Amino acid sequence: MKLTIALPAALLVMAAPAMAADGPTDPQIAHIAYTAGAIDIAAGKQALARSHNKEVRSFAQEMVRDHQAVNDKALALVKKLHVTPQDNPTSDALSKQAKATLDKLSHLSGSAYDRAYVANEVAYHNTVNGALEKTLIPSADNAELKSLLETGLTLFREHEAHAEHVAKDLK
Amino acid sequence: MSPRTSNNVRTLALLCAGAALLLPSPSAAAAPHTYAVVIDKMKFGPVPAQLHPGDSIVWVNHDFLRHTATAADHSFDIDLPAGAKVKMVVKAKGRINFVCRYHPGMRGVLLVQ
Repeated sequence: MKLTIALPAALLVMAAPAMAADGPTDPQIAHIAYTAGAIDIAAGKQALARSHNKEVRSFAQEMVRDHQAVNDKALALVKKLHVTPQDNPTSDALSKQAKATLDKLSHLSGSAYDRAYVANEVAYHNTVNGALEKTLIPSADNAELKSLLETGLTLFREHEAHAEHVAKDLK
Repeated sequence: MSPRTSNNVRTLALLCAGAALLLPSPSAAAAPHTYAVVIDKMKFGPVPAQLHPGDSIVWVNHDFLRHTATAADHSFDIDLPAGAKVKMVVKAKGRINFVCRYHPGMRGVLLVQ
C-alpha cells in the first residue's frame, strides 16, 4: 500500500515514485516516524511558550516528554541496526505542513490559540495514527522497528484521546 | 551505668516483651509477599491473584516512557520514570482500580483480600 492512501489530501505533496511500489522502506519509515515526532515536539514547545491554560500546558508537556522519548528510542534503534534514516517526500510534506501550522498558530493567542493548538493535535494524531496503522507498521520489515511503531501507535492513540478530552473542555 | 539508667533499661525491656506478647505470632498470619507488576509496551502486566494487606508490590516500568501507577481512590500515586522499579506496601483490603495518569487507557485492578 502506498502512503498516499493513508495521509489526507493536505499532505499529499508526496511524489509517489520515490517510494517502492509495495510501500516505504525501513529507512524511510524511520525518517517519517522521527519527523512526525519532531513536529509534535516543536508544536508542544510552542504551546508551552504561548499558552497559559493549565490543562493545555499539561497536555503539551506530555507531548514533548513522550515524543522525545520515542524519538530517542528510534535514534538508538537505527544506530543499533546501522540504518540511516532516509529523507523522502512524505517527510518533506509533513515538515512543510507543520511549518505552515506553526506559523498560523503563532498569530493566535489566549483561548483562540489553545483551541487551535488542541484541535490541530487531534487532527494530527489522527492522521499519523492512520498512517502508522495502515502503512508504516505493515510496511516495516525489521521486527524491532515494527514493535517500536506498534508501541508508538498505542501511545499516540492515548494522545489523540487526551487531545479530544482537552478540546471538549475548551469548548 | 547508673542504677536509674539500669532501671529504665529494665522497664523498657519489660515493656517491649509485653508488647511482643500482644502481637500475633508469625505463624498466625502468612508472611507478607512481594509481587512485581511489570509495565511493558504501554500495558500493565498481570497483577497478583492473592493479595493481602502487608504484601508489597514492586512496580517495574520496562517502557522507555514515563508512567504512573495511580489509585482511583487516591491510596497511592507512584511516579515511574522509564526503567524505574518502585516498591509499595498494600495497606487496606478492597478493590482498587488504578491507571497511568499520563496514559489513562493503561489500567488495572488490585484485589486486596
